Amino acid sequence: MSSRFRVSLAVLAGAALALGACDREEHHSRAKPVGETVPGGASPDTIFPGTSSPPPLDARAKLYDNNANAIAMGQTLYTQMNCVGCHSHGGGGMGPPLMDDQWRYGGRIDQIATTIAEGRPNGMPSWRGKLTADQIWDLAAYVRSLSGLPSKDAVSSRTEGMSGPTPQTLTPHGDIKNSDTAQQ
Amino acid sequence: MARVSGVVLIAGAMAASCVLSACKRSPASFTSGPTVTAPIVGGPHALPPAAAAPADDGNWTMPGKNYAATRFSALNQITPANVGKLALAFTFSTGTNKGFEAPPLVVNGTMYVITPFPNYLYALDLTKPGAPTKWTFKPKPAAASQGVACCDVVNRGAVYDNGRIFFNTLDGQTFAVDANSGQMVWRTQLGNIQRGETITMAPLVADGKVLVGNSGGEMGVRGWIAALDEGSGKLVWKAYNTGPDKDVLIGPRFHPLYAMDQGKDLGVRSWPPDAWKIGGATVWGWLSYDPETHLVYYGTSNPGPWNPDQRPGDNKWSSGLFARDISTGQAVWFYQSSPHDLFDHDDVNEVILADIPWGNARRPVLFRPGRNGYFYVIDRRSGQVLSATPYGYVNSSKGVDLKTGRLIPAADKEPKPGRVTRDICPASPGAKDWNPAAFSPVTGLVYIPHINLCQDEGHSEANYISGTPYLGADVKMYAGPGGNRGVFTAWDPIRRRPVFEIKEDLPLWSPALATAGNVVFYGTMDGWFKAIDARNGNLLWKFKAGSGIIGQPISYKGPDGRQYIAVICGVGGWAGAIVSAQMDARDPTGALGFANAVKDLPLKTTAGGMLYVFALPR
Repeated sequence: MSSRFRVSLAVLAGAALALGACDREEHHSRAKPVGETVPGGASPDTIFPGTSSPPPLDARAKLYDNNANAIAMGQTLYTQMNCVGCHSHGGGGMGPPLMDDQWRYGGRIDQIATTIAEGRPNGMPSWRGKLTADQIWDLAAYVRSLSGLPSKDAVSSRTEGMSGPTPQTLTPHGDIKNSDTAQQ
Repeated sequence: MARVSGVVLIAGAMAASCVLSACKRSPASFTSGPTVTAPIVGGPHALPPAAAAPADDGNWTMPGKNYAATRFSALNQITPANVGKLALAFTFSTGTNKGFEAPPLVVNGTMYVITPFPNYLYALDLTKPGAPTKWTFKPKPAAASQGVACCDVVNRGAVYDNGRIFFNTLDGQTFAVDANSGQMVWRTQLGNIQRGETITMAPLVADGKVLVGNSGGEMGVRGWIAALDEGSGKLVWKAYNTGPDKDVLIGPRFHPLYAMDQGKDLGVRSWPPDAWKIGGATVWGWLSYDPETHLVYYGTSNPGPWNPDQRPGDNKWSSGLFARDISTGQAVWFYQSSPHDLFDHDDVNEVILADIPWGNARRPVLFRPGRNGYFYVIDRRSGQVLSATPYGYVNSSKGVDLKTGRLIPAADKEPKPGRVTRDICPASPGAKDWNPAAFSPVTGLVYIPHINLCQDEGHSEANYISGTPYLGADVKMYAGPGGNRGVFTAWDPIRRRPVFEIKEDLPLWSPALATAGNVVFYGTMDGWFKAIDARNGNLLWKFKAGSGIIGQPISYKGPDGRQYIAVICGVGGWAGAIVSAQMDARDPTGALGFANAVKDLPLKTTAGGMLYVFALPR
């Protein structure tokens, strides 16, 4: 993480504290992919031995949660990365619903980001290395918005990316050139 | 005076409309008694070929009952006169809560039950009171396979042959298990979940081979069928359903009847460059086999992606029917029922073999209640379509041209980029989906459990990422004309008309069972297991199971010589995923659009697999 980013993060966090509602429109550094900033590990119902409470919300969450730009970008990625094929528009199908109030692996934005990044054993793919950390946070913000958790004024009716170029991800477009041969 | 009568009329009309709307609000009113539309005609009728449907020994060793896939039991102790006394003999909890599409098998006093993921195989001892478990085999399929199974984590059945049970697991393996000991004999990995391949179909075992095909038409896989050696599990042949002729096993023996299916490498040339490599045409449905000609018959799935604009061309060999030589896998003929499929109208439904009166002789044919809404009668030697008659409401096409064999498109239902096409009938699951019909040689009728849904459909560009869905479509389904979402039709395949129809409120996702006692069985998604009269559809008996029924009912002769009826409940599958996957009904596009059509299902049933076995009192 560059020191410059850390500064802007601190500024943003400060601004968020001071001006609750303004952060919904805050643009942050999504044009510049950052390194491994998705939290790893813990899910919501995990027991943390020796402590009486789970760890606090990841500090980076504030950049994305309730942020209209993150939610809009997440919505674009949700379609582009085929999340919609499994989870539909929140109602579920191959994958569990996202618009209800049940979270197998936690409904906090950092927990959702972890699920997207690491995958889960019953079929959720791992997107670490396929999406930038920033994009994973955006997706998590959108997924959270499906459940109606963020404040309404942050949930945009617009989608980004319709007029602009498709977001560049790290996902190779499946290798279909090398077909397997029929007779092994 | 005139004014007064006018007021009375209006009041009367209002009262009537109140009654009507009240009826509309109560879904129960959509379920009706049978409507008899034509008499059963005497004289010669269709019969299954003896070689494919040998005399009934009282066992049930494969889902279709026999190679002709009649789903007909010759046992006749249970009749319309006594079926009202049918009572529970024993039950068994399957330990699963996903869609249960498989039938139990019965072989010489043992019952075998294969479950949805995690694909447990149970053996129950029918010679002892309560049918205790003899053994359980757990194949331990990869959990991640659940994430690439399009339409619940179902399994459509196991097969018994020569002392072994054969079945597939969701993660793409085929198993052979010793039927006595429950020990594994061999297993072969065929599918790759990283590419989105699963296996849900029941294998067909014939000619010393185990035939298996893949699922994943919604995941951008390339469809295939493979033949494994029954003794060793080693690959004997594998035929792809897209790609160059050498991959499809198309050679000198291939003689498709219609011009549209003739030409070199159509599996490549009827696609945009490379699209055939991710073009679907999987084999997740039913296979039949004619021992006289050594031909195996199976249908192929929809092409991928669902968005048809990304795959201009006929998309061979998707949504069609193959006849192959079982020894070599070489294709003998092919017929494409839905060229360039627009609506996910797979062609994987059952293939019922029958010989029909033809002049003074009999003609070997096959019957197919197709997903696209037509009941096909096809010459099984040549692939010639003898008739294709709608058995449900169809507006997505205008019929089948019997000269060219080609489905006649309906221009107004052809999806266009950037707009939603409305009122497409039948919807994506077709006039009937996977759940097979039964064919009774006693009545000569085909008993078709099917659905009555229409849909709105809009497209977007599908983005191929291996191991994720490859669709590019948003779909919303709803009840078709009449408001009933299910229909049970007794179809006369010779006179090409229904003999009776029973409207069902919910889509019918359970197969049918016909018996020589003239009692026909099927289940509903809210858990009613019904017995009707094979001749007129009159409801004779019903039983409420603990969960919705989408499983295949069977009939067998127990060790005590009595006739038993068995069915396994457990709602789920594509139609019931809203319950088994605990989906949120507020999203009309859930479960690829099926959720909208069955929003009320969670109020009517809950998940859970349970076997029920019935018999007449001693």
